[in-house]
Amino acid sequence: MTLRRYVLRRILLIVPVLVGVSMLTFALVSLTPGDPVSRMVAQNPSVTAAEEAQLRAQYGLDGPVWQQYLTWLGNVATGDFGVVYGTDRPVSAVVGRRLPETVALGVFGWLFAVGIAIPTGIYAAVRKGSVGDTVSRVFALSGVSIPNFWLGLVFVLVFVLWAGWWDVRPPREPLTHPETLWHLVLPGVTIGTATCASIMRVLRTSMAEELNEEYVTAARAKGLPERQIVWKHALRNALSAVVTVVATLTAGIVAGAVVVEVVFSWPGLGRELVEAIHGHEINLVVAITLLTAVTVVVCNLLADIIYAVLDPRIRYD
Amino acid sequence: MTEQRADRGRIRIRGFESEQGETRGGSPDGAGSARGGSADRVRGTRGGSTDGETSVRGDSRQWNSNVQPESVSGWRRALSRFARNREALVGLLIVCSMLLVSILARPIELWGVPIQPVSLAPYPPSEMLWLTQDVSAYDPPSAAHPMGLDGNGRDVFSRVLVGGRYSISIGLVVVTITSAIGIAYGSVAGYYGDWVDELLMRVVDMILAFPDLVLALVVVALFGNGYWQLVLAFSLFGWASYARVIRGEVLEVKETEYVVAAKALGASDRSVLFKHIVPNAVPPVVVLATLNIGTVVIGVASLGFLGLGLPPATAEWGTMLEGARDAIVQGPGGGIHWWVTVFPGGAIFAFVLSINLIGDAITDALDARATDSRARFERR
Repeated sequence: MTLRRYVLRRILLIVPVLVGVSMLTFALVSLTPGDPVSRMVAQNPSVTAAEEAQLRAQYGLDGPVWQQYLTWLGNVATGDFGVVYGTDRPVSAVVGRRLPETVALGVFGWLFAVGIAIPTGIYAAVRKGSVGDTVSRVFALSGVSIPNFWLGLVFVLVFVLWAGWWDVRPPREPLTHPETLWHLVLPGVTIGTATCASIMRVLRTSMAEELNEEYVTAARAKGLPERQIVWKHALRNALSAVVTVVATLTAGIVAGAVVVEVVFSWPGLGRELVEAIHGHEINLVVAITLLTAVTVVVCNLLADIIYAVLDPRIRYD
Repeated sequence: MTEQRADRGRIRIRGFESEQGETRGGSPDGAGSARGGSADRVRGTRGGSTDGETSVRGDSRQWNSNVQPESVSGWRRALSRFARNREALVGLLIVCSMLLVSILARPIELWGVPIQPVSLAPYPPSEMLWLTQDVSAYDPPSAAHPMGLDGNGRDVFSRVLVGGRYSISIGLVVVTITSAIGIAYGSVAGYYGDWVDELLMRVVDMILAFPDLVLALVVVALFGNGYWQLVLAFSLFGWASYARVIRGEVLEVKETEYVVAAKALGASDRSVLFKHIVPNAVPPVVVLATLNIGTVVIGVASLGFLGLGLPPATAEWGTMLEGARDAIVQGPGGGIHWWVTVFPGGAIFAFVLSINLIGDAITDALDARATDSRARFERR
């Protein structure tokens, strides 16, 4: 199978998953006791029954569940997630405004994780048993064990309150402003730590396995420089183990965004989700939840494609 | 240098070693690669392990010098390997003592009958001490209050001791429920295969597309907060990763000769599945379940921190941090109240770290078991 056919097939395969994901999201939310209209009515007792029915019709809440789902799916497909009940603003506008903030945070976290984890993981595997290896193992184990919101709180205590390097409430510039990068450091490192530690652990094991393989011995025997063996031959194979955990890592970053944004008052989708849950803004909760799942599915797809490029064997199954 | 010498040393027992070498060498296409694949999957579930295969390699000398009688079962061998792992024992010690402390923290009564009269915590966890004593909110750590007081004048030390009850027990309950559901679900999918498998696993794919914390958030948002709501939030979808792991194992085990033999002898599907296949497919699930306790404890604490876990005043580790964050963000009014943040979070960290140490050690021990039994099988 050519790479292009493989990619096409993988893209087609995620369609049923996406449909299922949308059904699951909708099912969860339609289980909520009491729809938003009855809550609005409870807050404003002067609304008559006729007005209530009209409101239900306006928000599409008067049909059976499957009909609501189909209507909703049709709307969602065109980017219409309804309105935020409290403010009457369209959900897509709110999501659109918050999304870049979260994407910036997530990308920063990924870059930090990969940038630290790949050299360290390789070093640990090559110098197994050295002091550096031990230090990196302790760091990796701590990194996967530390609750990220607590790590964030400790960063705030140390770097914001004690050292005073950042302000408690950072002045908000638009994302394109260069100073934003500085404000991204603490939340970005917080969100990336667990991912970084996971990659280090997986890479250390897989790299050490690869370095024991016969092709590495052969490469050494024919006199290739060690650096080339490690970075070119072994790394390529060792990375495929990392690629298999990308979906889990992405899910970790997405979930991390929820708590880390709250810790650092970062105005992204995660904080919006928590506020929407507190405020019972169902449309907003649905939109953000769906978006997290789509992100994970798409990142998984990208990882699979990278995997197929790295290791052509898997295209033939 | 030492590595090379060890390799050279191997030559003396060549016949023995080459068999083992063959087993390893055969892994790219045989059962070995399937097992490797499942290990990857276990690894994928946040913070999975790690040193499995490599540490087996590193320890092969030790393995040679300790050849045990054939009658020792694989599980017992794994257990003895586990007991020799110092990191694992430290982890086990910490987990057990935290468990014990949280049980002994305050007396437990069941229907008015005292079951556990010991009280390690010096104060009731929700007593506001400034009402009765000469203290004020945010008093720093002192001899009387080793972890200081929080913003409501409550003793942080007592609260940290009691806090383990919620997080740890939710972790254990959730893991019991989810692993049971996941094992049943995944083994049915793997055993019957075909469209059953296809259908069941698409549902799992769907669930695994959501970060578990986000699902738990939504479930808590729907059903309100409280102890059993949290259990539900993490159990409702938490079984999916177990299902995926056990399905992979079952697919592999069901091709083995003894399963084919049992079927040929006319054993029923149920007895083949639950007597012969599942017990042999369970090891990776043990690792997953261990690590999962830590994940759930962090999840519960995260929800608590977001104000969506247990009721606000509860002495649960994450919920205690919710107030701590507000105190921080309101600015350094009267100094930095680090103790309110550091101790509850440190308790979560210590617990999860120990759980991960145990999980890693189980991975190593079971991996050795798999390798040993396969080597023995090859030799016959």
